[in-house]
Amino acid sequence: MSAIRVPVVEKIFSANDRMAALNHRLLNQEHIYSINLMASPGAGKTSFILETIQHIGNEFKLGVIEGDTAPVTIDSDKVVAAGMPAVQINTGGDCHLDAAMLSDGLSRLPLSTLDLVIIENVGNLICPAAWDLGTHANILIASIPEGDDKPYKYPNIYRGLKVLIINKIDLTPYINFNMEYFRQGVELLNPGLVTFPVSCRTGEGFEAWIDWLRSQVLDQRSN
Amino acid sequence: MHELSVTENILDIALSHANTNHAKRVTDIYLVIGRLSSIVDDSVQLYWDFVSEGSICEAAKLHFERKPAVFRCQDCGSEYQIDSDLTPCPTCNSFRTIIISGEEFFVDSIEIEK
Repeated sequence: MSAIRVPVVEKIFSANDRMAALNHRLLNQEHIYSINLMASPGAGKTSFILETIQHIGNEFKLGVIEGDTAPVTIDSDKVVAAGMPAVQINTGGDCHLDAAMLSDGLSRLPLSTLDLVIIENVGNLICPAAWDLGTHANILIASIPEGDDKPYKYPNIYRGLKVLIINKIDLTPYINFNMEYFRQGVELLNPGLVTFPVSCRTGEGFEAWIDWLRSQVLDQRSN
Repeated sequence: MHELSVTENILDIALSHANTNHAKRVTDIYLVIGRLSSIVDDSVQLYWDFVSEGSICEAAKLHFERKPAVFRCQDCGSEYQIDSDLTPCPTCNSFRTIIISGEEFFVDSIEIEK
């Protein structure tokens, strides 16, 4: 019996990545623009989705997939009340959505009627970063009360972002948040990252975000 | 935390390559993990003992090669290593940097017996 070293060189998430590629292909076939929305618990993910529906719901048909660790429908109920189809995925305690869960979620949405799908990932800054879902954009919501050190503490999630939303900017006068320090950390990890400061409470900053989103959805529709 | 699913993924990869090479047993698994990639600590070895039980990977030892985060400055060209806090280029203080190492997260090789 002899010991043999066998080269492997395979990414640990390769199975997930293959599934993500299938999701991506399906979304392209349906001409749907898709967003993987990530944030800490309480950063305002659901509020952000609802506010986005308010601004763009009369132009585009939007579907929402809500990821939660518990079997609750609090978030999807709000989206349905706002007039858009939503499905809830219960991860059964897992800290993130993966590509297989998204595939299941997509199969429960009326894809042929949709222009845009927003996936609300589980509130967490570590785990969702590792699992690619196959969406067109990873977007992170950072909120002012969380503090300005988050890029330094959770570098991985900032690496794969296409857009950064800074929420709750109406609270800036009340909170010790050093915007320059925050932005320097982001710049080191993701130079030139497209960033929209907003407030879901006052609606401030949404115009620029909606303009960006509209151009992406229209591009994808004509592809 | 997601160490359990990470461990299951490592097992799937090891088993698939072991079977392709007609292994009787897998004795060692070599992993490369960058400082900026997923947080994976020694708990993976504990999960490993459970998930590999009864397979040809049972009792295999996991080896972690940890890679530091290395940045290259696009202004002055110098390279620097980050161990804790993220910092701009120590030579010229520029923020225009690219990351050249630290995001690795893969199974490099396995050691098998035939």
